[in-house]
Formats: sequence, structure tokens, C-alpha cells
Amino acid sequence: MDIFIQQIINGLVLGSIYALVALGYTMVYGILGLINFAHGEVVMIGALTALTAIGLLVPSGLPGPVVVLGGLLIAIPVCMTVGFTIERIAYRPLRNAPRLAPLITAIGVSIVLQQLAMIGWGRNYHTFPPLLPAAPHQFLGAAITDLQIIIIATAAALMAALVWLVTRTRLGRAMRATAENPAVARLMGVDVDRVISFTFVLGSALAAVAGVMVAANYSIAHYAMGFMLGLKAFTAAVLGGIGNLGGAMLGGLLLGIIESLAAGYIGDLTGGFLGSHYKDVFAFFVLILVLVFRPSGLMGEKVAERA
Amino acid sequence: MLEVRGLEVHYGGICAVRGVDLDVAAGEKVALIGANGAGKTSTLKAIARMLPARGSVKLSGEAIEHAPPHLLVRKGLALVPEGRGVFARLSVLENLEMGAYVRDDKAVVDADIERVFGLLPRLKERAGQTAGTLSGGEQQMVAIGRALMSRPRILLLDEPSMGLSPIMVDTVFDVIREVAREGVTLLLVEQNARLALSLCDRGCVMDGGEITLSAPAAELLDNPAVRAAYLGE
Ligand SMILES: Nc1ncnc2c1ncn2[C@@H]1O[C@H](COP(=O)(O)OP(=O)(O)O)[C@@H](O)[C@H]1O
Ligand SMILES: [Mg+2]
Repeated sequence: MDIFIQQIINGLVLGSIYALVALGYTMVYGILGLINFAHGEVVMIGALTALTAIGLLVPSGLPGPVVVLGGLLIAIPVCMTVGFTIERIAYRPLRNAPRLAPLITAIGVSIVLQQLAMIGWGRNYHTFPPLLPAAPHQFLGAAITDLQIIIIATAAALMAALVWLVTRTRLGRAMRATAENPAVARLMGVDVDRVISFTFVLGSALAAVAGVMVAANYSIAHYAMGFMLGLKAFTAAVLGGIGNLGGAMLGGLLLGIIESLAAGYIGDLTGGFLGSHYKDVFAFFVLILVLVFRPSGLMGEKVAERA
Repeated sequence: MLEVRGLEVHYGGICAVRGVDLDVAAGEKVALIGANGAGKTSTLKAIARMLPARGSVKLSGEAIEHAPPHLLVRKGLALVPEGRGVFARLSVLENLEMGAYVRDDKAVVDADIERVFGLLPRLKERAGQTAGTLSGGEQQMVAIGRALMSRPRILLLDEPSMGLSPIMVDTVFDVIREVAREGVTLLLVEQNARLALSLCDRGCVMDGGEITLSAPAAELLDNPAVRAAYLGE
């Protein structure tokens, strides 16, 4: 088996997930200049909600993929509601406060959501039942499962749809105008509060999908899973250039691939001194390198700051 | 058309607008002139609800000082803000489309885009370019064209000549004159008093946050005090 190709495939899967989550960070940052640290918890809520729903749907005897789809379709509106509520309760009252206030609030919201999830779902790991065909296909000397294909294809389709929404529709135009200059956008008749709510809801929907993907990919979900995932997706957003949609996608994919390659080769490279569980370190090594050498990220623009 | 009473704007402890009363009749062109820091921008922003303010503002008899700010454009008010406020990352065409954000008749909007391109041919050549890459004068055209896209009944302009070359100023003022000829009511803030008064029916002189003088434009152009203070004579 070709380890390199295999790790690229695994990296693309992981990267697709990071990219979907990174988009949520970057969209909110683009419009509010706020890092919504609670976003990772929305992913976790998506994963656990879907697993609960799937658990209830399994006895119905429906085909596996339909059950998973059902879980996803329940997780999406739940996460959208959570995202909407977070903005309304935690961020909107601080819209004109000094920047540190919403940042600290974001961390607080993150802790609250995690604790609520712990109370609701317990501290134990929840396993994703084997509902999807797991037999791997051979591909360029490596193995790829249906699930991996579904994850990559779904993420690609969602990202294409998002790009279309933002660049081609009236609402997307209003989002970009609001990101640039909310006061003038309001003069044009844009209900800026609604655009901001919509941005949170949209990012949360993507987070729900990402949550289900993570749970399916690792066959596991846990109340604390959002923290590390959120941090990595945030790293991906910074790597691509925070505030930039294309950057979040590129950053997500790159980070996923870097992490997978690191996991695959780190043992050989260090003569077995470091194992693949050190792969997480790479994400943050990347974050530090970006922050030091290219703080605006790979696709970050040097356009003048908004007024 | 526009009826402002007792307008006050405070920035912390600073009182920038001190009880301004201002009337603009339908179809009238009013110039608001005054030195830097007189409170002209603050007055326009307060009318357009971009700033918290005290006092009452009526548009066509309807009180608007408590309406949600984003609804003002639907009531026929458009502002070309100081510093233009174009969306630099959006294309020229997208900026114009933003101007028509509250209108949903696509065919009529498309016709209006053509009308703006007719008025400002330069914009047509630059339609696909991001607005941030345009010159200052071209950006001012985008800002004016964008404001026209909402089909305003009253257009507020904040120093459209600022930072432009003399030729560009002429072009921009030709457009403003053309817009006024079509019956749009104007409230024009300018430091270039001669230019503003030559275009408008009436002028208001603002000083230290108050309107100190209001008279027909021709009269102000002859007023020795105004000539000395604002016309550089
Ligand atoms: N954001 C602000 N914060 C504090 N003071 C301000 C602000 N904007 C304007 N001012 C003050 O209010 C006064 C009026 O300003 P402005 O309305 O911009 O005048 P003008 O447009 O006539 O030059 C000035 O003294 C200015 O310094
Ligand atoms: Mg001014």
C-alpha cells in the first residue's frame, strides 16, 4: 500500500472537515472582526445531536445511509438555533464594546456549551454505529472508503454552494458589503443585524455537517471534542487568511494534509522517537509559523482596513 | 420634504450640533456651507440616523427619528457619505446593485443601471473592476451613482468635491445638476461654497454647530460677510 497516497486521502478527508469548520470562523470574523471561539462547540453539538437522533432512528429499520441522513437533518437546525442564540445572547449586546469583551465572552460561551453538553450527554464516548458501507475501494495503490468519498464530495459541494451564495446572490452581496462597511450597508437598506444572524446560522449549519462527518470518520463523539477541533479549524482559517473564504478552504485542506502526512511519517523521521499521536503538535507548529512569518495568511489581502 | 427641528449631536462631552432647524422643500436645492468642524457631517449623519441624536426629523411629514435606520432608504432618503464610502472590494456594478438593494423589480433596476452608466460613462468602462482600484473621482461617481440607484426623493451629499481634481469636480457637479434637474431634492454639504451656492436655490451657513444664516443662494453670494469668510475674498 502506498503510504503517501493514503495519507493524502486521509488528509483530504480531515481537511474537508477542517475547511467546513474554518469557514464558520472566517465568515464571522469577516463581518464582525470577532473570533467566535464557541464555534468548535457547535460542531460538537452537531455530532452528539446527530448520534442521539441516529440512535433513535436505528430501530426503525431504515437503511443505514437514510438513518445517517436523518441524524444530519436533525443536527443542522439544532446547530443553526444554537448559533443564532449565541450571537443574540452573547455577542450582540457587546457589539460596540472593546474587542476584548466579546473575546472573553466567546471563551465563556464555549465553556458553558461544553458543560451543558457534558450534563446532557454524559462524559462517556458515544460511538457511531456502522451504518455506512465500510468496504474500501482500491485507488492509486491506496484504500478509500465510501464514507471518505462522501465526506470529500459533500464538503466540496457545500463549499461550491457557499461560494455561489456569497459571490452571486443579493444576500451574499449584502454580506460582503456589511463586512466592509456596516454603516454604509445600512444606508443601502441592509438590515445589518439580520445579515449577522444569518452569518452565524450559516456557519453553524456547516458546523453541524462537519460534526457528523467527524463522528462518522472517527466512529466516535464526545462532549469535549469541539475544543481541539475548533482550535485546528481556527488555525486553518488563520493559515488561509482569516476573513477570506477561499483562504479557509485552502487552509483547511492544507492543514488536514500536513497533519496526515506528519502522522504517517513522523515515526520514521524521528526513528520511532515520536509517534503519530504527536500529529496535533503540527497544527500548532503551523499556526506559530504563520503568525510569525505571514500573519495575514496565505490568501490574506493587504487591502486597507475597514473604516 | 425634510423638516429638522432642534437637532443635537454629542460626542461624549463635545456638542457638535446645537439645536439645528432646517427645512428643505420638495424639489429645492439647499447648500449647507461652513468651515471644517462646523458640524455639517454630523448634521447629515444624524438625519440619516448614522449617529444617535436628539431632536425631530420629518421626511414628507413622517417622523423618522425613531425608524430603524435601514428603512430610511425605502422612504426615499439617500446619503452620499463623507469620504464616499464605496465598497472597495465589490465591483462597480455590485456597488450600484447595492444601491438598489431594497428594490426588487429586476427589469427596472437594470434600466436604472443603464441610466447611471449614461450619466457616468466612466463607470460603464469600469463596471467589472473592484471599486477600491478606482481613482478618487471615479469612486465619487460610484458613490453618487449608487445613491441614485435607490431612486431617492431627497439626496444628501457630503462634500462630493473633496479631494478631487478641478476637472473631476466639474464632472461630478454636472452630474449633481443633472440629478437636480430630474426633480430630486438636494441637501448639499460643501466647503467649496461658491460651487455649492451656484448650484443651489438656498444656502445655510453653519458655524460652531449652529445654523447662523439662511438665505437665497444669490443673496449669500453677494453677502459681504459670507464673501469674506467662505468665498475667500
Ligand atoms: N467621532 C467623533 N468623535 C468626537 N468628535 C467628533 C467626531 N466626529 C466629529 N467630531 C467633532 O464634531 C465637530 C463637528 O464635526 P463634523 O460634523 O465632522 O464637521 P464638518 O463636517 O462641518 O467638518 C468637530 O469639532 C469634530 O471635531
Ligand atoms: Mg465634514
